[in-house]
Amino acid sequence: MNTMPRYKNRPVLLMLVMLVVAGMAVTGVIAMFGLKPVFLWTDVLIYLLVLVIAGVVIYSRQHEHLRAPWRRVWRSRAGMAALVVLGAYVLVGLLDSMHFREPLLSVDASESGGHSVEVLSVFDKLVEPLRLRVEKTYSAPLAAHLYAREMQELPDGTQQRVYPRLQYGGAHLRDPETEQSADIVVTVSAGLMKGIGIAVLVSLAIVMLLARHYRATSAATLARIVRVQTAMAWHVVLLTLAIMLVGAMVLIELSGKYHVFGTDKVGQDVLYQTLKSIRTGLVIGTLTTLIMLPFAISLGVMAGYFRGWIDDIIQYIYTTLNSIPGVLLIAASILALQVYMANHPEAFETVADRADARLLFLCIILGITSWTGLCRLLRGESLKLRELDYLQAATAFGVAHVRILSRHILPNVMHIVLIIVVLDFSGLVLAEAVLSYVGVGVDPSMISWGNMINGARLEMAREPVVWWSLTAAFAFMFILVLAANVFSDAVRDAFDPRLRAN
Amino acid sequence: MLAYILRRVFYAVPILIGVNLITFFLFFVVNSPDDMARMHLGMKRVTPEAVDKWKQERGYDKPLLLNRAEDGARSVTNTIFFEKSVSLFAFRFGSSDAGRDIGYDISQRMWPSLAIAIPVFIVGILANVTFALLIAFFRATYIDYWGVFLCVVLMSISSLFYIIGGQYLVGKLLHLVPISGYDDGFDAVSFVILPVIVGIIGGIGAGTRWYRTIFLEEIGRDYVRTARAKGLSEPQVMFGHVLRNALIPIMTGAVAILPLLFMGSLILESFFGIPGLGSYTIDAIGSQDFAIVRAMVFLGSALYIVGLILTDISYTLVDPRIRLV
Repeated sequence: MNTMPRYKNRPVLLMLVMLVVAGMAVTGVIAMFGLKPVFLWTDVLIYLLVLVIAGVVIYSRQHEHLRAPWRRVWRSRAGMAALVVLGAYVLVGLLDSMHFREPLLSVDASESGGHSVEVLSVFDKLVEPLRLRVEKTYSAPLAAHLYAREMQELPDGTQQRVYPRLQYGGAHLRDPETEQSADIVVTVSAGLMKGIGIAVLVSLAIVMLLARHYRATSAATLARIVRVQTAMAWHVVLLTLAIMLVGAMVLIELSGKYHVFGTDKVGQDVLYQTLKSIRTGLVIGTLTTLIMLPFAISLGVMAGYFRGWIDDIIQYIYTTLNSIPGVLLIAASILALQVYMANHPEAFETVADRADARLLFLCIILGITSWTGLCRLLRGESLKLRELDYLQAATAFGVAHVRILSRHILPNVMHIVLIIVVLDFSGLVLAEAVLSYVGVGVDPSMISWGNMINGARLEMAREPVVWWSLTAAFAFMFILVLAANVFSDAVRDAFDPRLRAN
Repeated sequence: MLAYILRRVFYAVPILIGVNLITFFLFFVVNSPDDMARMHLGMKRVTPEAVDKWKQERGYDKPLLLNRAEDGARSVTNTIFFEKSVSLFAFRFGSSDAGRDIGYDISQRMWPSLAIAIPVFIVGILANVTFALLIAFFRATYIDYWGVFLCVVLMSISSLFYIIGGQYLVGKLLHLVPISGYDDGFDAVSFVILPVIVGIIGGIGAGTRWYRTIFLEEIGRDYVRTARAKGLSEPQVMFGHVLRNALIPIMTGAVAILPLLFMGSLILESFFGIPGLGSYTIDAIGSQDFAIVRAMVFLGSALYIVGLILTDISYTLVDPRIRLV
C-alpha cells in the first residue's frame, strides 16, 4: 500500500549509497597516494551528522505532514538564498574534514612507512598555494610590498630602509606602482568573465535537470523559473548561486597573484585562515547540538510524560546546570581539561589530535550548558500532549510506555527540536569567538575566527592600523551567522503551528 | 506570600549543593591539588617540596572528604571539601590562590560592574521597547519587514565587533572618550559612557525582535479588538492597552536577570579595562586562579536563584490574577 512514497524515495536512498561509496572512494584515493588517512574525533562525528541529516531527509519525504512545512521553506525566498550560502560553507567544511598525513620523504628507500606529523585535509591540498605562500610578516590586502620597513642594501652599496617586495603577492609585476591597479582590474575582470561563464553553465545544468523533473522543455522550464511559477524559489537559488560563483572566481583569480585579504603577523595568508575557520565554526555550531540532542530529547520527554519523582529529578538537574553562569562552567571545565592535558602529554599523538580533543570537549561542555532550554520546552510540550484524548486512549488500550513515547509523543515534539537546533546554531558560532577571547575557546593552535580576532585585536594600536585580519574574520562569520539566522526564521515560520495560526 | 518565599528559598538549597558538588568535582577530583600546584609552579623541574609548600600556603594539603587524623566533627570539617566548598554557603570566599581576600575584592569590584550594567539594562530596555513598539505599530508593512531584517542583521554581528568598532571609531578616530580605564566618583562618566553605548547597541537586535513578538501576541487578543470597536485611536490602543499588558512579560523577564547585573559583563569590562567583577573573572581564568573561579560560580548560581524567586514574586505584583500558593 505504501508503494508510492517508497518509489519516490529511491533517488534519496541512491544518493545515500553514493555518499557512502564516495566517502570510501575518497579514503581509498587518499590511501593510494601513500597518504595515511586520519580520522579525528570531530571528523567521525561530522560524517555521523551527515548520515543523520540524510536519514531525516528520507524520513521527512515519507511523511506528508513533514513535507508540507518543508515546502513552505522551499517557497521562502530569503530562506532559500540563506540555504545556498550555508551550502557553500558546508562544502568547505566537509572538504576540510577529510584528513590525512603525508608520507615523509626519506633519503633511504627502505625506510618507508613514516608519516609527517602534520595533519592536512583535502581542502588544504585544494588551496595548497594559499597555504604555502607565506610572507615574512604583515602585508595589506592586494599589496605588493611588506607592511614593515626593512634595511636593504642598494646596488651602489648604500643601505636604505625600504618596504621590501613580497615574495609571492604581486611578484609577477616589474613595477608595482604603475602596473598594479591595471593588473588588478584585468584580473578581476578575468575572474568576472570566468565566473559568469561557470554560473551560466551551472544554471543551465540545473534548468535541464529541472526540465526532466517537470517533464517539460528546458525553455519552458526557464520561463517558469523566471516568471516565479515554480513550487520552490528556484529563481533565488539560481541568482544566489550565480553571485557566489562569480565572487568565488574573482577570489580565485586574485588569490593566484595576490594575498586578497593580506597576510598576518607570521605572513600567513588571511584568506586561507578565514576559510579554514569555517570548519571550526561549523563543528561548534553543529556537533554541540548533535551531542546534546539525545539527552535533551529523552530527558525532556520523560519528565513531561512520567511526571512525579522522575520529573522532579530531571527538573533538579537542569535547574542546577542552568544556574551556573554558562561562561564560568565552560571556563571551569576547560581549565580542568588544560591541567589534565598538561599532565598527560602522552595521550595525544599530534598537535592536531590535541586541538581536536579540545574542540570536541568544548562542544560537549557547550552542549551541557545549552541543552537545558530545549529540555524545558520539550517537558512543557509533553505535559500538554499526555492529556490529549488520543494519548489517553493509547494508555487505556495498555500500550507500553516506550511505544507511547516513541510513536505518539516524540513525532509530535520534533518540530520544536528542529526549530531549536537551527536557532542555536548561530548563537554557538558567535559564542566561539567570545570564548576564544576569554581564553577558554578552541586550542590556540587551531585556526578559528575567535583566534584570528583575538590575535589581530592587539594590532589595532599600530599605526596605520592592521585591519584586514579582523575584517575578514568578522565578515565571514557575519555571513554565516546571518544566513543561519535567516534560514532559521524560515524554518520557524514553516514549522511553528502557533505562528501559522496568525 | 511569606511562606511561599521561604519555601522557595528552601528549595534553592539542594540546587546550590548541586552546584557546589559540580565545582568541587571539577577542581579537586578531576585534577588533584598536586596537578594544580605543578601547573602554577611550571610543569618541569618542580620539586615535591615546592608543591607541598604551595599546597600548604593555600590550604590544599588536607584530605579531600574525610580527615582520618582528626577526631569527631573535626574529621569532617578539617578537609578541603568543608573548608573550600561548604564555607561558600556562609559567603566566606576565603583567599585567592594569589593570596588576596576574595570577599573584599568582590565588595570593591561590584560597583564599577553596576555602573556599567545598570545603565545598559535600563536604557537598553527603554530603547528595545520603543523600537519594538514602533515596528509593531507598522506591522505587516515594509517598515515591519525591513525593521525585523535589520534586527536579524544586528543580531548576526559578533559582540566583539561592536566593542572593537566602537573603540576604534569613538576612541581612536574621533578622540571623544578614553579607550579604556576607570576612575572613581564623577570622573567615571567619561570611561563608562562608551561601554554602555556599545552594550546597548549589542543587545538591540535580539531585544527588539523579542519584544516585537510579545507586542504582536497582545495585539491579536480580544480586548484589543474591543478597544478598537469602541472607537479608540490606534495610538490610544497601542499605549493604553497593548503596551500596558505587554509590560507584564517584559517586566517579569527583566526581573529574572536583575540580580545577575552584579556579575557584570565579561567581555565589555575586560575590553574597556573596567575593574569590575566581569574582568575579575576573566583575569582569574587567565591566571588560572581556581579559588576565584569557584567563588564566582557559586555567587552566579546564588544570584540566578534569587532571580528565579524575584520573577515569581513580580508575577503576583504586576498581575493580580496570579496567586502564589
